[in-house]
Amino acid sequence: MKKTNKYVVFKLKEEYYGIPISYVKTLEKTTDITRVPNADNYVKGVMNLRGEVVPVIDLRLRFGFEKKEEDEDARTIVLEIDDIVIGLNVDSSSEVLTIDDEDIDSAAKFTNSFEDDFIKGIGKFDDRMIIIIDTHKLVNTCHKEN
Amino acid sequence: MDMNQYLDIFIEESKEHLQSMNQILLKLENNHGDIDMINEIFRVAHTIKGMAGTMGYTHTAHLTHEMENALQLVRSGEIEINASIIDVLFQCLDKLEKYVLEVETKGNEGDDDSVGLIKLIKKTIHKNDEENVNEKNEIAAALNIDRIKVGIHVENAVKKAWEKEYNTYLIGVELSKKCMLKAARAYIVINELERLAEIIYSNPSIEDIEDEKFDLEFQLIVITKVDEKVISNKLKNVMEIESISIVDLKKNNVLQIDKVDDNSLDFDGDTKFTDDVNIDVNTVQNQRNKVDAEKKISKPKIGKTVRVDIERLDNLMNLVSELIIIKTRLEDIDSDGTNPNIHEATEYLERITTSLHDSVMKVRMVPVERVFNRFPRMVRDLAKELGKEITLKMQGQETELDRTVIDEIGEPLIHLIRNSIDHGIEQPSLRVTLGKPKEATVELIAYSDGNSVVMEVADDGAGINLETIRNKAVERSLILNEERQTMGDEDVIKLLFNAGFSTANEVSDLSGRGVGLDVVRTKIESLGGNIEVNTTLGKGSRFIIRLPLTLAIIQALLVKTSSEKYAIPLNSIKEITSINESKIREIQGNEVVLYRNETLPIKRLAGIFNVESELANYENQDEKIIVIVKKGDKTIGIVVDDLIGQQEVVIKSLGKYLANIKSIAGATILGNGSIALIVDTNSFF
Repeated sequence: MKKTNKYVVFKLKEEYYGIPISYVKTLEKTTDITRVPNADNYVKGVMNLRGEVVPVIDLRLRFGFEKKEEDEDARTIVLEIDDIVIGLNVDSSSEVLTIDDEDIDSAAKFTNSFEDDFIKGIGKFDDRMIIIIDTHKLVNTCHKEN
Repeated sequence: MDMNQYLDIFIEESKEHLQSMNQILLKLENNHGDIDMINEIFRVAHTIKGMAGTMGYTHTAHLTHEMENALQLVRSGEIEINASIIDVLFQCLDKLEKYVLEVETKGNEGDDDSVGLIKLIKKTIHKNDEENVNEKNEIAAALNIDRIKVGIHVENAVKKAWEKEYNTYLIGVELSKKCMLKAARAYIVINELERLAEIIYSNPSIEDIEDEKFDLEFQLIVITKVDEKVISNKLKNVMEIESISIVDLKKNNVLQIDKVDDNSLDFDGDTKFTDDVNIDVNTVQNQRNKVDAEKKISKPKIGKTVRVDIERLDNLMNLVSELIIIKTRLEDIDSDGTNPNIHEATEYLERITTSLHDSVMKVRMVPVERVFNRFPRMVRDLAKELGKEITLKMQGQETELDRTVIDEIGEPLIHLIRNSIDHGIEQPSLRVTLGKPKEATVELIAYSDGNSVVMEVADDGAGINLETIRNKAVERSLILNEERQTMGDEDVIKLLFNAGFSTANEVSDLSGRGVGLDVVRTKIESLGGNIEVNTTLGKGSRFIIRLPLTLAIIQALLVKTSSEKYAIPLNSIKEITSINESKIREIQGNEVVLYRNETLPIKRLAGIFNVESELANYENQDEKIIVIVKKGDKTIGIVVDDLIGQQEVVIKSLGKYLANIKSIAGATILGNGSIALIVDTNSFF
């Protein structure tokens, strides 16, 4: 039997990225964020998620891309991993795809981009390429740097 | 069977029981004759024995069993409570606490089988007993009883029964050879008898009978009001009995004091106390009545409490916090007051949320008794160790505090009480020369005062010698020699709370290591409280601790810098003032201002938090709003752009991901749903 996983797919710059759906708590329209002083530059601040204070990071800045003004499509993906709840600001997100594990190539083949560290593999869905993010690494690295 | 699921309950309940045993023992120490106390300890020991037995903790069960045996003797009036018995009981308590701790930390009770302690119990009881034995032997001799060997206690009971004109019978029962369940049959017999009479002796012991450790015969001595016919009629109804013999002890003196048996207790590992338990019918009846009465009173109480996981309460608290936030939001929407219906509804909502908040807070509250409970024992031990005579007076144990605070407050209080006993209170001989009562008093008082709880530790000892503190402070270069005289008394007392300061001339086991008071102060300040001292030389000292009711919800001042809102905890604010920009001077890169003839360091919130101050937009840009915050006796002025107002805020953590952000203590959600960060003013110092 083929092993498949569902991924929440979002767009950042011109590329599509995927995060395993099991880590995703909710998907929100990007709302007001309170800046947290003295935090890393990619930490946008904290948002109020129905009474819960959730830190939000700007994934563009995290990956070293240039900043983009928020528009109608902007979304915050709220993840819950290892007891850490965190929001990721992305350009847009609107679909969930099911990708076979077989269709994911290991990241070892690609070794020269900014987001290197956080790539787990490249998934193929029809003719599209979905960059699968190493979510644990993303959250824990940020965490340590603080 | 998997016991793990019961382990938590066992630990929790054992701790509770030991705690109450501790309290009762202390009371008993002051009032040796109180039979209710003894019954209570007995009950506690019995409960623990049962629980430990079920869980398979044999050492615990064994020790409690010995305690029961000893207490049974006290209960029956065989021996009298004295200081050495209480000491032994305290030792047992310590040991039991150790066992429970081992179980909690390691999962088993360890290898210590407390043989020594059990020996000690027996020895103590016996020593006590011996004094009485001689006297009782004489009575026995006079009665000239023989044939059946019984303990001195049975003898005594029988004699007492005669005095009260009860009948005493020796009942021999032989079971039929066909009897399959001997223990059950014997149990029926004993049960029948117990309805009519008090069984004071059995051979073999009741335990052995229950375990079927007997052949076909067993003998019982009973004290009863009914005569032998009634008994024999009753017993004849029991099936599978071969024969019954009933002998009236008054007519036939068949008893013999078994002195050997009594003495054997000293070296015999397995006690036989159950065999020679003496029960005076009247006392037993009285005790039963009392126990029954107690049960009647205490039973409904049990039904009224529920054990709840603290996590669930936290969850409930979070939900209430959210409700408060949404309520404030509704109030904001309603602020124009155009629709009277909505206005009415929000007001009603306000009332409900307030009382809901109060109720949930109360659920999380625990009486300070939980902390206070351990002190009587501590004071007792310390007093003994130091050869001082001390009474501990406690007041307001029922005062309630949030659980989070309760868990933290124990340590500082221990420090203070030790301090009082060690440094404060004089030796009894000295007290007498000073014309003070020989017995010193340490007071521990708790009461609530508005939104805070006050705890006081007071003693009638020597007080604090300010001169000594001045000398010490100079010696340790905490102050300059010139400051020595100019320094006010209050400032001198504050020196006590400085790190590395200790006034004890001799360093004892307990205190005087110079870590005491500053640790206390740090701890209490970290709980959002404060501490002060009143002291009169020769009369005593009083330490006053003031603590917030809860750590989850605080009063805060909302301030604005640029467009950002920040909350400053109200209890760290000393005052708010305005100062002209021109008065702020820069000294060695730090801004200061001369305020009320003292230099006040100035920090700008905008600077700390890296925002552009929008002050330029304000008309009177020269007047700066300064919030003066304090930490201990230090103050700092913080420049803010604007004040928004005072508000009750719910503290929320920024979460693991943003842990350790400098100068930020947490966040809170405002009425409009936006988030304001809470400033950690302590980090500015």
